[in-house]
Amino acid sequence: MSLLAIDNLSLHFGGVRAVEDVSFRVEPQEVFTVIGPNGAGKTSIFNLISRFYDANAGRIAFEGRDITAIAPHEVAQRGIARTFQNVELFEHASVLENLLLGRHVRFRTRLPFELLFTPSVRAEERAHREKVEEVIDFLDLQHYRDTRTGSLPYGVRKVVELGRALASGPKLLLLDEPSSGLNNEETEEMSFWIEDITQELGIAVLMIEHDMALVREVSDRVLAINYGRIIAAGDVESVQAHPEVVRAYLGE
Amino acid sequence: MHVVRKTSYDQDMRLFAHRGVAFWYGVLAIAALLAPLALNTYYLSQLTFVCVYAVAGAGLMLLTGYAGQVSLGHAAFLAAGAYTEAILQAHGIPFVLSLPAAAAVAAALGLAVGIPALRLTGIYLAVATLAFAFIVEEILARWESVTRGNFGIAVDTLAIGSLRFDAEWKFFYLALGVLVATLLAVRNLLRTKTGRALVALRDSTIAAQSLGVHLAWYKTAAFGLSAGLTGLAGALYAHKIAFISPEQFTIMVSVELLVMVVVGGLGSLHGAVFGAAFIVALPQAIVFAKGVLGISGSGQAAVDAGVFGLLLLLFMLYEPQGLYGRWVKVRYYLEVFPFYRRATFRRQKTYARTERLQ
Ligand SMILES: Nc1ncnc2c1ncn2[C@@H]1O[C@H](COP(=O)(O)OP(=O)(O)O)[C@@H](O)[C@H]1O
Ligand SMILES: [Mg+2]
Repeated sequence: MSLLAIDNLSLHFGGVRAVEDVSFRVEPQEVFTVIGPNGAGKTSIFNLISRFYDANAGRIAFEGRDITAIAPHEVAQRGIARTFQNVELFEHASVLENLLLGRHVRFRTRLPFELLFTPSVRAEERAHREKVEEVIDFLDLQHYRDTRTGSLPYGVRKVVELGRALASGPKLLLLDEPSSGLNNEETEEMSFWIEDITQELGIAVLMIEHDMALVREVSDRVLAINYGRIIAAGDVESVQAHPEVVRAYLGE
Repeated sequence: MHVVRKTSYDQDMRLFAHRGVAFWYGVLAIAALLAPLALNTYYLSQLTFVCVYAVAGAGLMLLTGYAGQVSLGHAAFLAAGAYTEAILQAHGIPFVLSLPAAAAVAAALGLAVGIPALRLTGIYLAVATLAFAFIVEEILARWESVTRGNFGIAVDTLAIGSLRFDAEWKFFYLALGVLVATLLAVRNLLRTKTGRALVALRDSTIAAQSLGVHLAWYKTAAFGLSAGLTGLAGALYAHKIAFISPEQFTIMVSVELLVMVVVGGLGSLHGAVFGAAFIVALPQAIVFAKGVLGISGSGQAAVDAGVFGLLLLLFMLYEPQGLYGRWVKVRYYLEVFPFYRRATFRRQKTYARTERLQ
């Protein structure tokens, strides 16, 4: 069974067909990359999976269960975490607090006990803190633990956002342009992490990416879309060489 | 400057960052406990008002400062608490029951506003809560069989069993106790899951949702909690002023409460307390200033309103961190003197977030 199954998904904004009849599958532990020019509808697919938008047609299934109509906050509970193209951190909170928010769905504490900060609440805070520290070690964020994320350099913010998504312990990670805004060195680092995430942690990655070097390095399979429609799918070389893809990137 | 060396995870969960901080809170606690010895009845009474306002301030701070939702209707929750307390007391219900009931009624009212207000943010929410407060004020004036309308209700001296709070110092200790309990509870909330979720929704709703934060639940909870705490303050307020009528819960009071958290410093509990002290001291400062300037005293209320409005504006423009933020800067300046760098607290340009979903 595929981890994520997208079938005939469509999303229209008035006359704009942002996503049109898109179908694909993401298998466990693979890196599946979506490419396409700006405005092709890539982020819209993510927002459909995150349930920020309601699909006009089609079906999204995760681990065999239909998630096309669940509430946005339930997506994380199912085991899907994501990052955003423009980095959406909680800017007035520290790195630590951001990562603890990554564990939000794992917390079982209840409001009355939180108000009293009972020993059970403390024990749970401690347990999740340990999980967060694992992520901090994994991504080398020790230096920034107590820094307010609003004052971090952009490259570090992207890593923190990745860490926050990882902290939730997902089965599928959606990365929206993980290398955008990063310098060469940081991009290199990002590609190592993506490999570690799939190989060491066994998490599947669905990624949107423009940097073809990074795409080649980490992707198992690639999907190219333009004007909301699939124009090519397969391994990196064949998709990159596909005449429609070449045409889409050169512009008609 | 004190640099904290961290050796355990629990350190980040502490109430006080390090011993120095705990020491100063200890000093503050002793000063508060000794206040009835040092102050005359008038000043002690003002200090009691600070405690009562600060309880409401903590409530509004939770909603506006942490959850990022502006309310211009908190006078209604103050009124709900005050009237519930006054009416229940008149029916002979003991204080240990009527006080939680006052908070509960206000909290229920908060939920009733919070749920329809879910889709509103910013100025729209402010206007909706404002309208709500007007409605409550009208109800208080018209529902005469229960509220006695514009005649108002005289509130009896508070008593718990045989203990009568008939002296200013007794009531001061009660208000102080409620304030400390309130601040502790809110502080606890802020260092756990719910508090983080509120801040998350404020800073980035979509990121919070993508992490599983249930938007409707937390926003509504913030409203309920905030209203409940304000109702708690309302119950104390009723006893403090001993007579309540709709006039005591006008839009001006809502504005005052908002000024309190903005001037105190949004996003900090210290700010709620600083703001409460400010709100209590300001009218006296205005009277004093008018005396010094030789302006004769017509229309104190109008002058107060004008000054409140002006301060709200000035703080939002020039010191969004409020009095607490100003204090942090002064303290830092003193700690590192003469090595202070002006740029230390310069506000960082935040990245453009116009295309939130792209
Ligand atoms: N909330 C929205 N309202 C209207 N149109 C939108 C919205 N979000 C995206 N679009 C449009 O949908 C198309 C696809 O956008 P998007 O998915 O962000 O593209 P990509 O991520 O591939 O650059 C674009 O034409 C964009 O203008
Ligand atoms: Mg995009």
